[in-house]
Amino acid sequence: MIRISDLSYRIGKATILRDISTELPKGALTALIGPNGAGKSTLLRLIGRLEPLQTGSVSLDGADLASTRTEDLALRMAVLGQQTAIASRLRLRELVGFGRWPHHRGRPCAKDSAIVDEALAGFALGDLADRFIDEISGGQAQRAYLAMTVAQDTDWLLLDEPLNNLDMAHARALMCRLAELVRGSGKSVVTVIHEVNYAAAWADHVVAMKDGRIVAQGTPHEVLTSETLSMLYDTPVTVGTHQDRPLILHHV
Amino acid sequence: MADRRVMLCLAAVLGLVVAFWMLQGLPSGQARAFVLKLRAERLLGLLLVGISTGIATILFQTVAANRVLTPQIMGFDSLYMLMQTIMVATFGIAGFSALPTGVKFLGEVGVMVLLASILFGTLLGKGVRDIPRTILTGVILGVLFRSLNAFVGRVLDPNEYAVVQQASFASFSKIDASLLPVALALTAGGVVAALCLSSRLDVLGLGRDPAISLGLRHQREVLASLAIVALLVSVSTALVGPITFFGLIVAGLTHGLTRSPRHAALLPVSAMIAAVTLILGQLVFERVLGQAAFLSVVIEFAGGLFFLFLLIRGRIR
Ligand SMILES: Nc1ncnc2c1ncn2[C@@H]1O[C@H](COP(=O)(O)OP(=O)(O)O)[C@@H](O)[C@H]1O
Ligand SMILES: [Mg+2]
Repeated sequence: MIRISDLSYRIGKATILRDISTELPKGALTALIGPNGAGKSTLLRLIGRLEPLQTGSVSLDGADLASTRTEDLALRMAVLGQQTAIASRLRLRELVGFGRWPHHRGRPCAKDSAIVDEALAGFALGDLADRFIDEISGGQAQRAYLAMTVAQDTDWLLLDEPLNNLDMAHARALMCRLAELVRGSGKSVVTVIHEVNYAAAWADHVVAMKDGRIVAQGTPHEVLTSETLSMLYDTPVTVGTHQDRPLILHHV
Repeated sequence: MADRRVMLCLAAVLGLVVAFWMLQGLPSGQARAFVLKLRAERLLGLLLVGISTGIATILFQTVAANRVLTPQIMGFDSLYMLMQTIMVATFGIAGFSALPTGVKFLGEVGVMVLLASILFGTLLGKGVRDIPRTILTGVILGVLFRSLNAFVGRVLDPNEYAVVQQASFASFSKIDASLLPVALALTAGGVVAALCLSSRLDVLGLGRDPAISLGLRHQREVLASLAIVALLVSVSTALVGPITFFGLIVAGLTHGLTRSPRHAALLPVSAMIAAVTLILGQLVFERVLGQAAFLSVVIEFAGGLFFLFLLIRGRIR
């Protein structure tokens, strides 16, 4: 479980997050939703220690973020930011291979390359393994970053808008893969999702944010209601049901 | 592995060039021992300059996350020269300049490492997002340090100003032999430190966010790398003066020759390419063309053209 207590964050004079306290369940797929600028990325980056905490605290399965060694944290959680641009000129296999670095710290063994192959195959990248990352499409690169994050083989995965750049088929495949990691391998996933229908269809737990605050949280049925979503996005939203899950009609 | 083959080939070429440097046209009799000693000293100087320039450039490019910057373009060498002038100026009366050259050199390098880590650490610590702005900042810093250096020099002692000016042009043929033992120790230390960091440098090269996610202490590694860069640039600047674009050619060739961006390969390859280029260039200019002072100009010219080429091609990553 990730426990967040009294977390606030400001940049200059602007308050980005205000007094956030919540718990994100272990062994579940948690979706963070909310309008642009709500502070979702900031919250995820703070949990993933990509930015230093200002006030408040975060603990990961009982380990306090501020006092746990960053090397040890890398064995427990993997973070994928919203915009990843890799500076080095790497082949896909090398990039995904870096996911194993926290485990071997420079001396990979056979087990590591087996896991890398598995991750590549899991994201349908086997054929592209020897291509350079600046010579593939945005969606393929996004899948490569995801494969690297999964290869890190941590209990927790924190993903910021992983569906970016993915087409319909790959988006569904990714959500399916994440759900499988949660139900099959007992991982916990926290992911920012832009398109609420993916949250509706796949998430176990939904956290809705607006203006740096959490405004609703619970199961998809509890959070993804016409009333909450209309308030959250300041626009009228109709919610129906499809296969016992909410179905949000926001585009008409 | 392909990279291993490249390293072996380069090592063989370096061996050949070194042997040729030492043995070509050796006089017989009395003069032989003298010439050998002289050549060995010069060779050591060129090797140290080459190795430190190659490794400093690769390290710096990894930290700055781009392939057109060199520590010299960012003003590392002018900072060193400015600091040198100021230290002589302020401690001169207290007998600083009377200290043995080796000790003085050590002191200067120490201060330089500290200054450069703080200054460039703040500039690059957060990860460079805006590359053109970083280049501009560096160029401006370089100009600032150079003019300050000239200014301080002029104020101090107008007679000495000529000396300061003289020192601001690189020359591969007037290496101060008394600096060599300390320079050797410092370079060896810098190289060993860089090689020890090589796996972490690979991760650092991914950029700040992925590196932190993989458990790297990003800020600490950036500072450590910059400290090594400052050390190595100080050594080469002290030995031959400022060379702005040489590292760029070396880094370009290194990335062309190696297949993977692993620092365990990049670092030794860059060091060997730089050493071979310098020794070979000096051989040609000194013994074939008989114009010893010319090499630095040619290298800077070629490097400057390469820099323009990289900028025009838009290859700034
Ligand atoms: N570097 C920054 N300086 C100032 N404000 C920022 C900065 N980064 C983000 N913000 C602001 O913080 C708020 C939250 O941003 P973010 O967490 O990225 O939102 P989300 O991911 O929910 O769209 C936004 O209003 C954004 O404008
Ligand atoms: Mg965001």
